[in-house]
Amino acid sequence: MMKIKKIIGVLSYRPRREFQAAKEQPPSTHGYDFHHSRGEFDGLSSPSTEVIIMRNVSIVGIGQTPVNEHWDKSLRELATRAVVGAMKDAGAGPDDVDALYVGNMASGAFTGQEHLGALVADYAGLQGVEAVKVEAACGAGGAAFRQGYLAVAGGMKDVVVVVGVEKMTEKLNGDATSILATAADADYEVDHGLSFVALNALLMRRYMHEYDLTHIDFAPFAINAHRNAVHNENAMFPFEVDESRVKTARMIADPITLLDSSPIADGAAAVVLCSADTARTFTQHPVRVLASSLATDTVAIHNRRDPLFLDGAAKSVAKAYDQAGVGPNDINFFELHDAFSIMAALSLEASGFFDRGQAVREAQNCEISRQGRIPIQTLGGLKARGHPVGATGMYQIVEASMQLRGEAGGAQLPNARLGMTQNIGGSGATVVTHILEAER
Amino acid sequence: MSMDLPRHWRLKQARYRLEGSHCEDCGHTFFPSRLICPECRSENVVAHQFGGRGRVYSYSTVYNPPAGYDEYVPYTVALVQLDEGPLVTAQLTDVDPEDVEIDMPVEMVTRRLRQYGEDGLIVYGYKFRPAWEAA
Ligand SMILES: [Zn+2]
Repeated sequence: MMKIKKIIGVLSYRPRREFQAAKEQPPSTHGYDFHHSRGEFDGLSSPSTEVIIMRNVSIVGIGQTPVNEHWDKSLRELATRAVVGAMKDAGAGPDDVDALYVGNMASGAFTGQEHLGALVADYAGLQGVEAVKVEAACGAGGAAFRQGYLAVAGGMKDVVVVVGVEKMTEKLNGDATSILATAADADYEVDHGLSFVALNALLMRRYMHEYDLTHIDFAPFAINAHRNAVHNENAMFPFEVDESRVKTARMIADPITLLDSSPIADGAAAVVLCSADTARTFTQHPVRVLASSLATDTVAIHNRRDPLFLDGAAKSVAKAYDQAGVGPNDINFFELHDAFSIMAALSLEASGFFDRGQAVREAQNCEISRQGRIPIQTLGGLKARGHPVGATGMYQIVEASMQLRGEAGGAQLPNARLGMTQNIGGSGATVVTHILEAER
Repeated sequence: MSMDLPRHWRLKQARYRLEGSHCEDCGHTFFPSRLICPECRSENVVAHQFGGRGRVYSYSTVYNPPAGYDEYVPYTVALVQLDEGPLVTAQLTDVDPEDVEIDMPVEMVTRRLRQYGEDGLIVYGYKFRPAWEAA
């Protein structure tokens, strides 16, 4: 069945207060319901010039392995377990799947294995299917999900599987540090001895200087993530930490300590995506992808307009809010990319939740906790669930889906209706934002 | 491990002379060099040597280095804001980590960045050391 993208008519921009009404519009006569409009959104009264009809996309199956040091499991086994888990959750068989997207950062360097599209397709029982690896440093998982979304939304594929996988523990720590640094600028950052941690340390030091903060002020990010991870059976560090533990943590790159950092880990997480109009044939609790966007910024921090503001994140969320017709006040929870505490702060500010320089203070006021203004890292985040780099973006999607499906157990938020995920490659160079909605 | 010889050779103008680019159309100077001006997208870009003086924008001391830098630990890295405007990522040298401060004036020197094994390639390039402020 061939689906053709159609361009029709005029739809005016839906301001936020009309969000509910807009999404209650009946499907178009073409059998597709639609939400993605494109044009000049320059005011409430000025209509956009064109609307590209695309299909709505839903997540109908989720799967994940625990995040851990999986000495006994290979990359292909981790990926297979996540894919099979997602397909079983969706009740989808191999013949249902039209394409496979594998998000991964550095399997060649970590394990000596590239060509993951074909490899994972083969081992996951999807022989012959269209399959390709998507790389965007630690943003690979989110970028792969977006490729799956585009394929279904554009009508080229009906059912796709997306898996994020990373196997990091084959290498010793120093080697892993070097491999992670490939997300940065090899010629002008890494050759000067900068690790990925050191680059984030430069941001954190300057942020502390600008906003008159000390290291311990950042403790609420680690404390919140660990507290939430207690309820996540797949988390690597499901235990609480307190301020004294943050104070005494080992220094890695001044001022970043072990407890400001996310751990090296192995893991895989996957979803099954299909067009929203067929979602109910797979599951009774589909999760709608309301918005998907990816934006970029300079790879090297020294080339940024302002190193303390993530322009890439601001662009990425602006597009996502626009597509979904919502704003930060509509988002019930936010799974962000806390590879380091400073990244959590910068992400919250660039995404419109807090003013510049305020994220740490707001975290101290418990505004990122389950009862706060914007709960983050509800199942532990990168910090405590673990950060298998190329898989992380898919863990965010899977965990947000669990919240929206009401399956987050002890971590379940009441009234979780709209969730946002943000997966970052490098120190802000690739930013993938997704807004997901519970379909009831 | 490869020594990346051609890559290090290609970078010699940047590494030894702090050479970036100047846009003849909008007047913007930037480091490192590029073919297209990031400000105005012009291709009318020529080589530009920076003076090598600036101030510390931010700094960190590295204890867990990437492979190949173990023998230098701990070492201090920084974002240096050049007097002409651009930021440069580099190591600081001739200074104790605890004496480094944001806004401290620094100047470029050429030093050893790393060596690839005992008999391998030695890579030289810019680092920055404390400088007296110009009168
Ligand atoms: Zn220019």
